[in-house]
Amino acid sequence: MPKEYRTISEVAGPLMLVKGVDGVAYNELGEIELKSGERRRCRVLEIDGTNVLVQLFESGAGINLAESKIRFLGKQMELAVSEDMLGRVFDGLGRPIDGGPSIIPEKRVDVGGVPMNPAARRYPQEFIQTGVSAIDGLNTLVRGQKLPIFSASGLPHAELAAQIARQAKVRGTDEEFAVVFAAMGITFEESDYFVQSFRETGAIDRTVMFSNLANDPAIERIATPKMALTAAEYLAFDKGMHVLVILTDITNYADALREVSAARKEVPGRRGYPGYMYTDLASIYERAGRQEGKKGSITLIPILTMPEDDKTHPIPDLTGYITEGQIILSRELHRKGVVPPIDVLPSLSRLKDKGIGEGKTRADHSGTMNQLFSAYARGKDCKELMVILGEAALTDIDKLYAKFADEFEKQYVSQGSETDRSIEETLDIGWKLLSILPRSELRRISDEFLDKYYIEEK
Amino acid sequence: MNDAVITKISGPLVVASGMKNANMFDVVRVSEQNLLGEIIEMHEDRASIQVYEETSGLKTGEKVVSTGAPLSVELGPGLIGNIFDGIQRPLTEIMKRVGNSLTRGIDVPALDREKQWVFEPCVEEGERVYGGDVIGYVQETDVVRHKIMLAPGIGGIIKEITGGTCTVEDVVAIVLDEKGTEHGVGITQKWPVRVPRPYAKKLSPDSPLITGQRVVDSLFPIAKGGVAAIPGPFGSGKTVTQHQLAKWADADIVVYIGCGERGNEMTDVLNEFPELIDPHTGKSLMERTVLIANTSDMPVAAREASIYTGITIAEYFRDMGYNVALMADSTSRWAEALREMSGRLQEMPGEEGYPAYLGSRLAQFYERAGRVVSIGKNGREGTLSVIGAVSPAGGDISEPVSQATLRIVKVFWGLDSALAYKRHFPAINWLTSYSLYANSLGKWFNENVNAEWTSLRGKIIALLSEEAQLEEMVKLVGMDSLSPTDRLKMESARSIREDFLHQLAFHEVDTYTSSDKQYMMMKLVTEFYEKSLAEIEKGKDIEEIVKLPVREKIGRFKYTAEDKAKEEFDKIIAQLEDELKEKGGSN
Repeated sequence: MPKEYRTISEVAGPLMLVKGVDGVAYNELGEIELKSGERRRCRVLEIDGTNVLVQLFESGAGINLAESKIRFLGKQMELAVSEDMLGRVFDGLGRPIDGGPSIIPEKRVDVGGVPMNPAARRYPQEFIQTGVSAIDGLNTLVRGQKLPIFSASGLPHAELAAQIARQAKVRGTDEEFAVVFAAMGITFEESDYFVQSFRETGAIDRTVMFSNLANDPAIERIATPKMALTAAEYLAFDKGMHVLVILTDITNYADALREVSAARKEVPGRRGYPGYMYTDLASIYERAGRQEGKKGSITLIPILTMPEDDKTHPIPDLTGYITEGQIILSRELHRKGVVPPIDVLPSLSRLKDKGIGEGKTRADHSGTMNQLFSAYARGKDCKELMVILGEAALTDIDKLYAKFADEFEKQYVSQGSETDRSIEETLDIGWKLLSILPRSELRRISDEFLDKYYIEEK
Repeated sequence: MNDAVITKISGPLVVASGMKNANMFDVVRVSEQNLLGEIIEMHEDRASIQVYEETSGLKTGEKVVSTGAPLSVELGPGLIGNIFDGIQRPLTEIMKRVGNSLTRGIDVPALDREKQWVFEPCVEEGERVYGGDVIGYVQETDVVRHKIMLAPGIGGIIKEITGGTCTVEDVVAIVLDEKGTEHGVGITQKWPVRVPRPYAKKLSPDSPLITGQRVVDSLFPIAKGGVAAIPGPFGSGKTVTQHQLAKWADADIVVYIGCGERGNEMTDVLNEFPELIDPHTGKSLMERTVLIANTSDMPVAAREASIYTGITIAEYFRDMGYNVALMADSTSRWAEALREMSGRLQEMPGEEGYPAYLGSRLAQFYERAGRVVSIGKNGREGTLSVIGAVSPAGGDISEPVSQATLRIVKVFWGLDSALAYKRHFPAINWLTSYSLYANSLGKWFNENVNAEWTSLRGKIIALLSEEAQLEEMVKLVGMDSLSPTDRLKMESARSIREDFLHQLAFHEVDTYTSSDKQYMMMKLVTEFYEKSLAEIEKGKDIEEIVKLPVREKIGRFKYTAEDKAKEEFDKIIAQLEDELKEKGGSN
């Protein structure tokens, strides 16, 4: 029977100070028992002599300094894992909330995770066809990649993430897959949208959900992504499944982190977020990947909303420095009615170069990709110029570029949230668009492919 | 001293009492799990320790033992081709022993204890030797002849020396010093990472580090022994640029530090380098590379150490007389690690929470670069070039790490997200970047590549800056209202950007361009401008010049293989003259 302490001496926000404690370990899990018998969880954040600072995972309401008891459980936060988790719904701390029975664990795993030895990683290079041209053609996703969606309030990131989850496949394979979905501080409606979408495709039976909605305690969110990734690691590296993890919304997670940091009176970094936020986010994102000698993989799609559409805000900024690219949604395209409104120029997939080309997608992929990017960038410049000076100010060739940019948005990017395009369709649309421009402009594509695919004007 | 115990735990910072006898910066072993740490502050008998491993599960009252020695690295054969963590633990060996995850308290020696090396002595018994002298060789890889040096501070008469096979633990020589003490010397030595290795004298850099990257070599060159910084927002290509430099720079040894960056990037290097052939030696690139990895999910305190571990290894090879290049990606993560520890120590923060000593620490680090003459007899000349990536928050280089770095470095390659969005790579902005070596190295290029080098470079920079001004004008009045000469300037500058500066890292030919070919490319784009200008002055129509078929040839010249470059170059020059003549004059 662990020792119980009645020496809680301070409660402030999500933090609590317990005095006269001995023998507790850093990061140990604790349990507070209220007068009413209700139990809440917490963890050790700092030990200074016999004073222990703990962080609550739930609200502090009702904690009475004199009557509440706390005991330390001699273990760190754990998640009971088993294959039965598929198809179930858990709260942000990993307790079942779908009315079903509790999980009979195959084992209990520390949710903190252990860093992966970089020498044991396997470089992700298997092309995932998402059926979305702006991703497949230009910002290709590969198995084991971490590719966030940078969105903003009012943009359809949920639709895009659901579309990817629905359509994603590695062609020519028929391996076991699973989806781990973690909702952090999003609304019921948004969460339900995902559930419905998984249900429609039947993926729901292969989905593990962790749900911390907007009305759940904010502080519980700190554990949610770790829960989700622990489940994903179990499914991927113990059970050999290919796991797609969707975390939404990282912004809410970061805000919870800031709350704890502020309560601890730490020296803040930018915009009040703690200085260690980079490390903290990295400890989540870096758990994606593939390992030597293991069949499964974890592909991670975190979603975050950029406050004020600002990409330099610390949350998107630090995320971009850790993840392997980003898919950025644009309000301008959204207003134009482009679905999905992916802004391809600032979007990027760092791992695309090893995932495309002969044997993976098609030999002409790399050259056309670069050409589409540079042509679209020039076309957008031309259009800007046209707005200021009128069409007459453009040279003939610039007019063609402007036309290209328009058609590109209409035909290539805007495909709707239901269309599932194969990579060949995507590449062919690319060639059709490039053929708007004279062949001599296409310097980034080698002659071999121009001969084969360029459509000469009749 | 055994009564030292933990009294406080806060993340990677542990405070222990009963540490009166320990020294500042001693390495300590924390708890039964033997976690490695380093003392970074002392208050009476309390020592603040930064622990290089995850501290979850530690309890107060657990023991702390000082090893009495500062954090050191083991230097000797076996470094090349290896991958180490921030405190020089061999990651592949750890993987063999404990599997794919990095569990705590692993104790694996840095250099392979079993491996047999062949030691060839080059001094004889009875010879007088000093610290820094080469006493023999070990052929470490096909490319690297590892010079076995006497550690600084040891000197005397060689009493005994034996060649032949040995391991890193064996004694190969006995040195008798003045006092009559015998020192057993092996093929390795230890060196504390925070202390720069000594040298006899420092010299100014005088020759370029040839990187095969056109925008670097031609416009903003770095010297062997120089320091450069690459700041840029995420997605602007810092890492690809660093990888390109690590691949193609004409250094004898490359030390690559992945500091707080992505795990997959290290994997990429590990997969790719063994397959790539070094154009200078014809052997695999891995045979000259040492990797240090502290990826962003690995413990933050070891991140702070990784930079020092890397540069000490680099200095060791420099002392052998090699040209060493060190890439650190990214120094911002190192600075953040510093900030995190400083915050936990409750130091008064400077700008943006960074400690006040950030600038001096950075300066000390970069100052370990340079061209030096080693200590010992017949001093060997070696260079250590340092190229540090900086990841400024939001891409804004007014932040403290970028600013502190810029005060020290001589070469600044400013990455630009606008260029990256246009997929112009390397996205090094030609207007903001600079190299303070440009003039001194220009002489080298003039003498060793082509006498026209600096004048061509001058013309190219002038055209690019004129383009920037003209662009402002075009935004106001449109392209049509430019004079024909200005139109030509715009077209030529575009050709410089697209046909010369733009370079594809993933194209087999384009990924590396020799200095000779770089000269030809500069010549082509400037010849086009000058020859056309002459024609325009004679009254030729600009529209026709813009449409000359030769321009596509100039554009494709970068994909021409090195051995065919000269022939193709002559053809294009001839074609340019023909086409201009053919359609010129009368029109």
